[in-house]
Amino acid sequence: MSVLIFVENWDGKFKKLSFELVSYGAKLAEMMATDAIALTIGKVENGELAKLGRYGASKILVAVNEGITTFDSMNFTTVIAGIAVQEDAKVLVLSNNNTGKALAPRLSVRLKAGLGSGVNRLPASLDPFMVYKKVYSGNAYANIHIKTDVKILTLSQNSFELSESGNNSTVAEVAVEWDNAGVKTKVVEVQKQEGKILLTDADIVISGGRGMKSPENWGPIVQLAELLGAATACSRPVSDEGWRPHEEHTGQTGKIIAPNLYFAIGISGATQHLAGVSSSKFIVAINTDKDAPIFAAAQYGIIGDAGKVLPKLVEALQELKGK
Amino acid sequence: MKILVCISHVPDTTTKVKFVDDLKKLDITGIQWVINPWDELSLTRALELKDDPSNDIQSVTVAHVGLAGAEPTIRKALAIGADDALRINAEPRDAFYVASQLAEAVKNESYDLVLCGIESSDYNGSTVGGMLAELLGYPSVSSVSSVRIENGRFLITREIDGGKEIVNVVAPLVAIVQKGIAKEPRIAAMRGIMMARTKPLKVVEPVEMESFTDLVSFEMPKPRAACKFVDPENPGQLIDLLQNEAKII
Ligand SMILES: Cc1cc2nc3c(=O)[nH]c(=O)nc-3n(C[C@H](O)[C@H](O)[C@H](O)COP(=O)(O)OP(=O)(O)OC[C@H]3O[C@@H](n4cnc5c(N)ncnc54)[C@H](O)[C@@H]3O)c2cc1C
Repeated sequence: MSVLIFVENWDGKFKKLSFELVSYGAKLAEMMATDAIALTIGKVENGELAKLGRYGASKILVAVNEGITTFDSMNFTTVIAGIAVQEDAKVLVLSNNNTGKALAPRLSVRLKAGLGSGVNRLPASLDPFMVYKKVYSGNAYANIHIKTDVKILTLSQNSFELSESGNNSTVAEVAVEWDNAGVKTKVVEVQKQEGKILLTDADIVISGGRGMKSPENWGPIVQLAELLGAATACSRPVSDEGWRPHEEHTGQTGKIIAPNLYFAIGISGATQHLAGVSSSKFIVAINTDKDAPIFAAAQYGIIGDAGKVLPKLVEALQELKGK
Repeated sequence: MKILVCISHVPDTTTKVKFVDDLKKLDITGIQWVINPWDELSLTRALELKDDPSNDIQSVTVAHVGLAGAEPTIRKALAIGADDALRINAEPRDAFYVASQLAEAVKNESYDLVLCGIESSDYNGSTVGGMLAELLGYPSVSSVSSVRIENGRFLITREIDGGKEIVNVVAPLVAIVQKGIAKEPRIAAMRGIMMARTKPLKVVEPVEMESFTDLVSFEMPKPRAACKFVDPENPGQLIDLLQNEAKII
């Protein structure tokens, strides 16, 4: 028996999300009195792999095959399902990111394993196996009973504390089958922006809405983001208008994020906007309208004109950083 | 070529949800039901593809698993422009149950492209599309922001961390779509609404099927503490609070 954690790597590197997953899987394994096994696909250096051990994986498996060049959800499912069976995994843990969303449902069918997607805490009980998840886009939560023998959970990003348990871990390479003829997805083109903090990975996000009035006014938002090491975001009308790139659109129909700190500047706080940001640990709102719904979701607020408040905020922060 | 669009029937996205029966059931009084926003966009994209004669698309079908109460939502999809509809007459029990009913109903219909939304705005599961693909044995691409057809080949854009990837996928396939797939949802015109009344809506009975999960109860989110206001003339105070009270910067 084991808990199997699928840990994606990005060109052989892990990131905070990976350590969160392993921390979660390790705690779950502890609850179940079993081992936490981390699985990654494709070559990763030993130093990088050892990090997974620090967060509690007792065994680290690296699935390798020369043929693996594209992310093909069918073949990846075959690789992960094969290892899950081999390791007698009772629970599989994946991230609720793009990759996890592509794989978990296929694995669920392949392994006849009930899926709890987007969980943000450990199961409330193991027998019955009860998980808690956001529903109605954050307007409610649900307690879900997973009835199958094997279970799959996908963990919401930035929802679980990292914890180093410093276990001794073993690393093993596993040669896996890869059905090249069965690969039905071929990459034609890749467009990547390098060097930007990803919105979904950012601890702090500075977001502007229609209240910013025009794209020329974004200067202080970008400055604030640079000073805080934050990512920038926006509401839907802002990206619809082309004031900001589409990748920045947060909300129900945009990116769903859960940073530690979210600045909503000139954003009214419509339900559809909150659906994407309400899991933030802290929300700061800056808005001229004291009755804007965003203040009901925020812990800190400034009632005022963003055009006047932001330069002062930037100044105060520069002063602090200067010290 | 034939396209299938799976549609979910959900409360309008501004609904303040409430629950009854010991928090076991959604209180449906006063709820406005709509096509799940992503499904509306995928239907729009399917129709755009069909509008281009070079794509040679014979039909766009919508499918829904649900009881008769969802028929106005299905008729709306027909009014927007779908050619025909399929309703599997069953109360959805969980994502696996829904995906299995869909798979059973369409497995012999040979659709070339199946479109599903990245999530439905009620259970936010992101599950049905991938499950359906696995049940049908089709490849699937998730987080899709564009679907194009070029010389009969499907070119699909998917989001990856920090960018996009354009992939060519062998049909039949399932594309699980998100933002970008279409600009604005297409709206039903008067003519469409008239025509929708006579378009075929086939109802099939469900097959015997288990579910993997049970939704036991709902909970309301805990109310957040009241907002603390900072003097707009002195935003430095905010920095101080974030640093020393919240301890997050
Ligand atoms: C199906 C559906 C899905 C949707 N999905 C999303 C989504 O994913 N994300 C999203 O954001 N929206 C979404 N929306 C739209 C949503 O309903 C709102 O229309 C949108 O969030 C409003 O954006 P906003 O807050 O920037 O603009 P507005 O609502 O126009 O608010 C602007 C705010 O700025 C304030 N303001 C004005 N001037 C100033 C100033 N000088 N200084 C400070 N504040 C000022 C105003 O008081 C106001 O509160 C969706 C809608 C639908 C129907």
